[in-house]
Amino acid sequence: MSNEFHIVVCGSIVPDPLQKLEPVQGPGGYALKNEMMLPAVLDPWAGHALYEAANLAKSHPGSKVWLVCLGPKAKLQQVMMNVAQKVPFEIVVADGNASGFTDAFETASVLSRSIEAIPGLDRDRLLLFGGWQSASRGSGAVMQMVGEMLGVTEQFQGVDKLTVGDDGSLEIMERIEGGCYQTSVVDGAPAVLGWATGELPEPPNNPQVGMQNMQKIMPALAQAKPGDVSGSSLSFEAVQVPAQRRETRIVKDTPVDEIAREIVDWLSA
Amino acid sequence: MSDQSVEMPEVPRSEMQTDIVCVGFGPAVGGFLTTLTRGLMNEDGTPVAESSVMPGMPPQVICYERADDPGFGVSGVVTKGRAIRLSFPDLDLSQIPMAHEVTSEKVLYLMDPVGASRRNAAFRLADKTLARWSEDHAFSLPFIPPFLKKEPGMIFSMGQFSSWVAGNVMGTGMAQIWPGTPVAGPLVEDGAVKGVRLVDQGVDKDGNPDAGYMPGMDMKAALTVIGDGPVGAVGQALDRELGLPDGNHHREWAVGMKVVVDLPEGCEWEPGTVLHTIGYPEPEIFGFLYVYPGNVASMGIFVPSWFDNPARTAYRYLQHWMMHPYIWKRIQGGTMRSWGAKSLQESGKQGEPHLVGDGFARIGEGSGSTNILTGSGVDEAWATGVQLGESVLELLKAGKPFTRANLEATYVHRRRHSWVDREADVAAKARNGFCRNALLGILGMGMTGLTNGLLNLPGDNRMPWERFSSLEEYYDGWIPAGEIEEIRAKCKAEGKSLHDALMDRVGWPEIPFDGQLLVSHQDALLMGGKVQAMPGYADHVRFGNPTLCAACREQVCVEACSGQAITTNPEKGAPLFDREKCVHCGACLWNCSRADPLDNTRSNVRFSAGSGGLHSAEN
Repeated sequence: MSNEFHIVVCGSIVPDPLQKLEPVQGPGGYALKNEMMLPAVLDPWAGHALYEAANLAKSHPGSKVWLVCLGPKAKLQQVMMNVAQKVPFEIVVADGNASGFTDAFETASVLSRSIEAIPGLDRDRLLLFGGWQSASRGSGAVMQMVGEMLGVTEQFQGVDKLTVGDDGSLEIMERIEGGCYQTSVVDGAPAVLGWATGELPEPPNNPQVGMQNMQKIMPALAQAKPGDVSGSSLSFEAVQVPAQRRETRIVKDTPVDEIAREIVDWLSA
Repeated sequence: MSDQSVEMPEVPRSEMQTDIVCVGFGPAVGGFLTTLTRGLMNEDGTPVAESSVMPGMPPQVICYERADDPGFGVSGVVTKGRAIRLSFPDLDLSQIPMAHEVTSEKVLYLMDPVGASRRNAAFRLADKTLARWSEDHAFSLPFIPPFLKKEPGMIFSMGQFSSWVAGNVMGTGMAQIWPGTPVAGPLVEDGAVKGVRLVDQGVDKDGNPDAGYMPGMDMKAALTVIGDGPVGAVGQALDRELGLPDGNHHREWAVGMKVVVDLPEGCEWEPGTVLHTIGYPEPEIFGFLYVYPGNVASMGIFVPSWFDNPARTAYRYLQHWMMHPYIWKRIQGGTMRSWGAKSLQESGKQGEPHLVGDGFARIGEGSGSTNILTGSGVDEAWATGVQLGESVLELLKAGKPFTRANLEATYVHRRRHSWVDREADVAAKARNGFCRNALLGILGMGMTGLTNGLLNLPGDNRMPWERFSSLEEYYDGWIPAGEIEEIRAKCKAEGKSLHDALMDRVGWPEIPFDGQLLVSHQDALLMGGKVQAMPGYADHVRFGNPTLCAACREQVCVEACSGQAITTNPEKGAPLFDREKCVHCGACLWNCSRADPLDNTRSNVRFSAGSGGLHSAEN
């Protein structure tokens, strides 16, 4: 079997992590205050998966990369103008809720249906990539369920490295407890890989890549199908933002050694 | 093999072609693209003209925006919105977050409650005279001159408005807006603009090829639309290449610094409230405050180039302005949501560059469209974009090329016969009085406004670096020269800001940081939504002649830097620049007390396009 892969990356958008996030109770349950106003970025975990996917496709000619997103179309469009400049991919959009208050199962259902509808997708060559976690849906369960729904049982989570052998086998390094890695070998696709950070930096913006991507991204955004995730019985009893970790104290005439010591003590606490 | 001996591979510079390339996405390009994209297709679905680079397709339109998001623009806006409403006749402000009709408007004269403001006798007399009619040390003018009045009008956040416009434009599929793509400069051949060159990537801070070197792509286009604002790299380069029209200049500037605040519960201000302030913290500094829906306000100050303090800061003055009793009484208990700053080109019509040439047109603030009498620029910028959009459609339909003559006959003709130009003519000399002092400036604006530009106070427009006195001269009578030298030496040794020490010394009270509304400058930077500068780009702030900097006693750039990105060099060379802290306001470009030895129309600071910067759509 040749080493051409059909790599599907599941990933959506999250509010820019530098923004102030505030949960509010709305008519449809919890949401983020001014969510549609907040600048959005590609979920960093999904970003790692996308860049790894593009790198794998580049080194295995004939491979293809799709990015499957569940999120509000207008926001996705803005974010994609940036992401599209990074690496070549095609996009599949389910126009729906990308907030952190959706049910992982509902999300997985929408994603799996969107993947099943990709024309020309060869399941025997399928590598299903995504974030091991998400900056908004931190359940860590979506990728596993998408894999299950698509019948892909070879699953790996917390992946930092994938090496493809000449025979098409996949050697995968997963993070495990204690800062160690578990190395597994699987015969080949199909497989689910939930990526941790991988090993690649964020690629620079390449306007030529952007122009090529956009020829397919804009029509795909225009043809986005609704992604309904409202069918869940999930409800949130209470929601709160994590305690702020940044504490500012104005000090004067404090020796730098003392400041350094205090920071070390704080980190060690 | 040592790292030094590694040879960089030869990487070819790529080139692409499009029909129209725009630089910068602000209100001007927003107006241009809104107008253009609506008119590129006929009702029967055929294009009004064929792309020269993609036959059979409509003209291909690309816009490059330096910042990471089209909603980067930093401004709270109050505007009559005439041009914007013409583009959107059914505009429903509730569809744009943070937008609202103006419901009430006041001009407040703020008195000095702390005794540290450098007020001349006239201002001190005004303080005394108006005290009996004042409330919380503020006197509300009983009458707002028509030229200042914005009611009926609208308030909005520039970031939110830009996001909304960008979404609409991209939704048409007729234009691409590429954020995160700084442009290095125009491609000029024999006086004609042939497109733009993007900045190099994979370079070190000095611009030398480094790991992952990728030379900036050349994007060739039949028309280059320059809407990159007052400090944009392309606009600057063209001004140097072509010069300015006779008699025009870029001598007047201001930096606007603002915060967005969650107002405290029970705040009396209703959505749509607009305040303009004069008189405090210094007579030269103006303030503004707009109340958005949801108990949120945008507020800030303008620090102009004619405020001659060489150790000028916007941030600390902003905090003293916020703490003025009239404002503080109403915002105390609130929380800062975001913060930002931007330079404003305050020369108005007198700063108009060559608007068109073969292959290029200029729109928006960088084209001198800001009205310096009414203090409005967004709607004017939008209008110039619309005028160019209509002109380009006219030329496309007629199959005419984008030559100087054709752009003169269409775009410039439209602009010259529009309210934008008529009102800019009236305003052209409105602020000349400020070149002499704040009182004459205010009187001059009144004279210009009330006589419709017939009478103007004369003024001596000088480059900022020609205005600066020394610190010793500025603080003459306040701080002895010997003591200034001691303070200067102490600050330099301790790496502390000189303006803080000097302001403390002349009686400005210490800022009582509360972690919510009054926060340190660096905390404001974080709360503003600072985006990390992408690696692999060269520093976009450089110093032309480091020897000049080393000998500079004022180092205005250090004191005026909105993000504390420029700092004193302990090794006595040119100041240090930290790209991670820069918010791209461009204040350093004109806050410099030294002219370029080879070109006295520019300072010694080089400000080019860089990636990153503030990223808070509330700005």
